Amino acid sequence: MQTHTFKPDLPPPPMSVGVLGWLRSNLFSNWFNTLLTLLAAYLVWLIVPPLVQWAFIEADWNGSTRFDCTGEGACWVFIKERFSQFMYGFYPEELRWRVDLTLWLAVIGAAPLFVPMMPRKAIYGLAFLLVYPLLAFWLLHGGFFGLSEVETSQWGGLLLTLVIAAVGITGALPLGILLALGRRSEMPAIRVICVTFIEFWRGVPLITVLFMSSVMLPLFLPEGMHFDKLMRALIGVILFQSAYIAEVVRGGLQAIPKGQYEAAAAMGLGYWRMMGLVILPQALKLVIPGIVNTFIALFKDTSLVIIIGLFDLLNSIKQATTDPVWLGMATEGYVFAALVFWIFCFGMSRYSMHLERKLDTGHKR
Amino acid sequence: MQNIANNSRPRGSVWTDPQVRAWAFQIIAVIAVVALGWYLFHNTQSNLAQRGIISGFGFLEQSAGFGISQHLIDYSESDTYGRVFVIGLLNTLLVSVIGIFFATLLGFILGVARLSPNWLISKLATIYIETFRNIPPLLQIFFWYFAVLLPLPGPKQSLSIGDTFFLSNRGLNMPSPSMAEGYWPFIIALVLAVVAVIVLARWARQRFEATGQPFHTVYVSLAILLLVPGLSALVFGDPFHWTVPQLTGFNFRGGWVVIPELMALTLALTIYTAAFIAENVRSGIQAVSHGQTEAARSLGLQPTVTLRKVIVPQALRVIIPPLTSQYLNLAKNSSLAAGIGYPDMVSLFAGTVLNQTGQAIEVVAITMSVYLAISISISMLMNWYNKRIALVER
Repeated sequence: MQTHTFKPDLPPPPMSVGVLGWLRSNLFSNWFNTLLTLLAAYLVWLIVPPLVQWAFIEADWNGSTRFDCTGEGACWVFIKERFSQFMYGFYPEELRWRVDLTLWLAVIGAAPLFVPMMPRKAIYGLAFLLVYPLLAFWLLHGGFFGLSEVETSQWGGLLLTLVIAAVGITGALPLGILLALGRRSEMPAIRVICVTFIEFWRGVPLITVLFMSSVMLPLFLPEGMHFDKLMRALIGVILFQSAYIAEVVRGGLQAIPKGQYEAAAAMGLGYWRMMGLVILPQALKLVIPGIVNTFIALFKDTSLVIIIGLFDLLNSIKQATTDPVWLGMATEGYVFAALVFWIFCFGMSRYSMHLERKLDTGHKR
Repeated sequence: MQNIANNSRPRGSVWTDPQVRAWAFQIIAVIAVVALGWYLFHNTQSNLAQRGIISGFGFLEQSAGFGISQHLIDYSESDTYGRVFVIGLLNTLLVSVIGIFFATLLGFILGVARLSPNWLISKLATIYIETFRNIPPLLQIFFWYFAVLLPLPGPKQSLSIGDTFFLSNRGLNMPSPSMAEGYWPFIIALVLAVVAVIVLARWARQRFEATGQPFHTVYVSLAILLLVPGLSALVFGDPFHWTVPQLTGFNFRGGWVVIPELMALTLALTIYTAAFIAENVRSGIQAVSHGQTEAARSLGLQPTVTLRKVIVPQALRVIIPPLTSQYLNLAKNSSLAAGIGYPDMVSLFAGTVLNQTGQAIEVVAITMSVYLAISISISMLMNWYNKRIALVER
């Protein structure tokens, strides 16, 4: 009996595998694609080598004055010299350890929240949220319990940017949740009040809100009551941001099936316990990515406080570039600012994507 | 037997009745809001009286007395604050419209490029999107203005393109058209061509629905639009005189000038918003299920027809709502003009006018209501459009 033996498989055509195959299918699949590839490559060639040349090869890294910048490229000496001002603003130099300590406490305190196995995470998180702001205020501002006072007008740089962003989000979150609940309420008067509030703040740009908080707020307050500039900006930012948070949370509330409300009511839970124990935990979990995105927007928006004369990171850099000793350093300054903002925002957006993947369980088939 | 259902009022105090509680709660809330409003109003009244500020909108009639670097309508220093307001509003609208146009264009190109099968193109689009949407728009405006446009050489050493466009630290100078002998025939020819195209499109659609025969509407329309006005220009002479900017003394004379503030603002807003629009476009296209493409192919449709008639209409439905909010964001972000002194609504009215008159409440209220009006009208327009193209489920 003759058994049929299969011939061994022929190797795939050399043009369809390996580097060549990849190139063919991804870059040169037809004449149009080839044209696009060549154009794009030309564009890259136009942009990247001069950029690398400017930023690294011909750049000056060492020195301490303007005259050390002899190369054709960027003068990073400027950034190096002014670095501590960009980070702390006019915070007194001998007290800067307090800022560092605040930051380290935040990192160490928040670290357990990112450990998946941590027990009683919610209680710990809540306690952290209650204790940390007081501690941070004491460390940064001082004025009691043995620490000398540092006026908020001396805060600046990245420190101020982070303070505005952090206070903004922690203040806006509870207010936003209340507004979202109000908007979904069955009581018409409450609903109208909340909808008006939300739509008003969402319809105006943040700049006008800051203008309002800086020129109108003093008129609204009774005589003798006085807020400093930072406080007024923070109030504006919190009110503005809470409207955006409210809309994000409303999306989450709408996604909770009606059965959950009915089940909670059937258990005999009242409104606040129904919301606190059944609805909000599910709704907030759904909208965490949305909240992180709002936070990224807020982080970028902190740069607007320049309009009312606060010295955040961007304004510190802008001021440094107008210093007569360092004229002509605008490009370096803004590129550095862009890099700092980019690192924060990109990091957060990656984290939000990671959360989206992690939390998106059980609903997808 | 006892009828429980008859006993409609639950036993117990009135305060446990949910209806009563709802009413009480609402009344308390309204009273609280009114009281807060009255308290603020009262404080404001006494503060204003103390500072000797007279409230009211009478200041809009006063003469402004300062110059404005860009005005779309005639303006002199003796004009009123009311006119300054109109100029600011027009400048805001100008930069918003230009920004929306270019951002949409660039955003759609980038969104499609990100989904391109070409590895290099899609990576470049990704890098662009991830870079520019994570940098604050104000920082981008500063970069273009302080680091790119202001350090350009002065008008005498300006960069020129074919001796008609000049780029210097005073802005972009370009030729401006003015009426010539062939102007009216040209306009009439253009109107006729547009009417002809509309009639043609209607006829082609009716024939297509009746007989199924397609017609090359696009090519024929293009030909009509180009040929008819072109012929008019040949017969009756040029429709426009072009005034080319001339360097006289230290600056350019004649032609149009785009001031550097406007350029920086437009560039930054376009680049920033385009990154977001690109993401909306990408997610819109990805939302069209692959089955639609396969179904179209199995019906024998050409790839271009599949794209035009199957994918794009369905993707647009997903793209339009987030696109609206991007437009709104761009209009609101145009207020960042205050950072570089482009004479828009905010920097002109809430900045200079407020400082000069001290009428804080009126000025901020007017500024905010204008933005609210812009927001509401854009979202109403887009909601109407969205409703028109929305999926009609049968």
